[in-house]
Amino acid sequence: MKTRKILTTPRMERCIGCHACSLACARLVNKKLSWDTAGIRIVSSGGLSTGFEAKPCVACNPAPCALACPTGAFSQRKAGGVIVKRKLCIQCGDCAAACPVDAVYLDATTEPFVCIHCGQCVPFCPHDCLEMAEVAP
Amino acid sequence: MIRDHFRILTVDLATGKGRIVIIDGRDTVAGGSGLAALLFEKYGHPDRPWDDPEQPLIFAIGPLTGYFPLMSKTVCGFKSPYHDQYGESHGGGRSALSLRFADLDGLVITGRAERPSFLSIGSRHLELKDVHYMWGVDLQESGKMLRKMIGGAGHRSILRIGPAGENLSAYACITVDTYRHFGRLGGGAVMGSKNLKAIAILGDGIFDLPEGKEYASLFDDVHNKLTTTDMMDKYHNLGTPVNVAILNEIKALPIRNLQRTTDPKIKGITGETFADDTLLRNTACAGCPVGCIHIGFVREKFMEPNQYLYRQVSYDHEPVFATGSMLGMTNAFSVLAIIDMVEKMGLDVMSAGVALAWATEALENGVISEKETLVPLKFDDAAGYKEAVQHLGLGTNDFYRLLAQGTMKAAEQYGGENFACVLGQEMAGYATGEVFFTSQALGFRHSHLDSGGYSFDQKHEEKDVKQAVDFLVKDEQGRVLLTSMVSCLFAREVYNNELLADCLNALGYTTLAGNMHQVAQHVQKMRWRLRLSTGFNPQGVKIPGSFTEVTTWKGPVDEKYLNALKEEYAKRIMDLGRSEGT
Repeated sequence: MKTRKILTTPRMERCIGCHACSLACARLVNKKLSWDTAGIRIVSSGGLSTGFEAKPCVACNPAPCALACPTGAFSQRKAGGVIVKRKLCIQCGDCAAACPVDAVYLDATTEPFVCIHCGQCVPFCPHDCLEMAEVAP
Repeated sequence: MIRDHFRILTVDLATGKGRIVIIDGRDTVAGGSGLAALLFEKYGHPDRPWDDPEQPLIFAIGPLTGYFPLMSKTVCGFKSPYHDQYGESHGGGRSALSLRFADLDGLVITGRAERPSFLSIGSRHLELKDVHYMWGVDLQESGKMLRKMIGGAGHRSILRIGPAGENLSAYACITVDTYRHFGRLGGGAVMGSKNLKAIAILGDGIFDLPEGKEYASLFDDVHNKLTTTDMMDKYHNLGTPVNVAILNEIKALPIRNLQRTTDPKIKGITGETFADDTLLRNTACAGCPVGCIHIGFVREKFMEPNQYLYRQVSYDHEPVFATGSMLGMTNAFSVLAIIDMVEKMGLDVMSAGVALAWATEALENGVISEKETLVPLKFDDAAGYKEAVQHLGLGTNDFYRLLAQGTMKAAEQYGGENFACVLGQEMAGYATGEVFFTSQALGFRHSHLDSGGYSFDQKHEEKDVKQAVDFLVKDEQGRVLLTSMVSCLFAREVYNNELLADCLNALGYTTLAGNMHQVAQHVQKMRWRLRLSTGFNPQGVKIPGSFTEVTTWKGPVDEKYLNALKEEYAKRIMDLGRSEGT
């Protein structure tokens, strides 16, 4: 049976703010150099002295962003989260507005960027903050 | 963005307006140190004083910034208030990646704002705000205020100055993202003289990467090399304070204003003690998985019964040496308390610690009195030093105002030049011997990072002047290539020329990749030419007497060897500075 996994961030207290995960996602998934066009984004939580938070997709099921998408560019992923078909996107931005955790980034042309739970960011974290977790069927 | 030229933003603080300027030179100066020198040649005024409003404050990144791990530093170039000559200071934090994502290779700030101001820039943003109410506010408080004024948390860099910069201390630093600094040579005073309290750089740009798999695959290789070598252990584990115990063991740690080079009491402030007792966590510059920044804490009882506050303080070997061993401190928490005050004031921690070490010895010797120091400075007395740091930052009286211009300036007026631990600027934390003393006294930035003189001292017993000076010149050339890319120098063992060429080729900088040796030579000469044109006379450099009284594991410092090194290195610097363009 195919495993159903989602990206989780169980150990963010260990985060050192190197952004290796975000940069890896931007580079490997979206073929960009950017802090923003990434499915996981790291922010300092009120200044560097208070540590870091991740802004990942929390794998809603059903996903409000998929429900809000008028063209099927975002569709429900079985393990939670969404499957993204960029060709279908009309850049309306409704997905970002619907997301309860601010996990969808819109660039200046309103193109959305969100985690697809592929796990390519995980090995780049030097402190093992991230983990691909299996979801119960 | 990958481009064969430089895209520079110039901002005139007098008008609040900026301009995007395209400048050629990628294949001849690369970026970083080379670009800062190129921009100073274009915008600087060698014949005018450092605080002339038209002098530029320059920030420059390199062709590899953001594209590869540990390419995470920014070079700041300016005419320094410390010696009124061209100088560089390097800083990390998020500054380099923010400039990259703001789509800028360099930022040049000229003019003087009419009122205390806050400049914010981004890939689609430029604004100069009046923040007169923030003048006089310490660095920690102003950081809290600034963070609320702009968006982009986590994807921006905030550079700011404290009271020392506002009061034009010649060693006021520019603090970057709370825990990093453009520490040395007084960049903070340059901002102060421009009425510029802070700069925010918003990293909000998005760029395409090279087609194909070559780049991503090379990135993986570099990332693996950087995170699997012992470098990770060296900088991530205890961090640079690992040096404290090592140098103490080999009698090469400056202690009590260089009166000693080893002391059993040092065990209270070693990297091991800091890690065991004070370390809260590590943090990193953006784009660096090594995470060398070590954060400890100070805890203060401010009221009875049992009412405490705490603050987080970053520490490294240099701050621990300067405010620790140099001041005779024997307790790690006391050292952090002094560093914390230095951070609030926005002083360069190395210069501040060494200046107060001189003042302590001067007070002991009766060269100065408490009328000058206002507090009874005593080695190992943290409370007195905390108060003195505040006086230094605020410029409370004539003595502290002069001391804040440089230890030697105060010593020239009050006496005690012999024991002023100044090597071009206040010394770094290595009493390893003749080659290091020469290297810092004459080095381009007067930094322990200009070249590995401290390492040469530890590896060579023989006293071969030519061999040592050849090493200093060649090592500087290798390092200037790295600081033109701009790599963190902690990665210097990984980023050899072959790997740098691979990285440049993967991004399409093929001419530069084939030209690195010439670029390194060119930038080295260009920087020295600028330094000489702004008044540096290497042949006039003096090394104070206390350095010749040092005894290391090799025995007493050999004054004759030291003088021969100084003479030869000065000659080579003159040759380097003269040869460019001829």
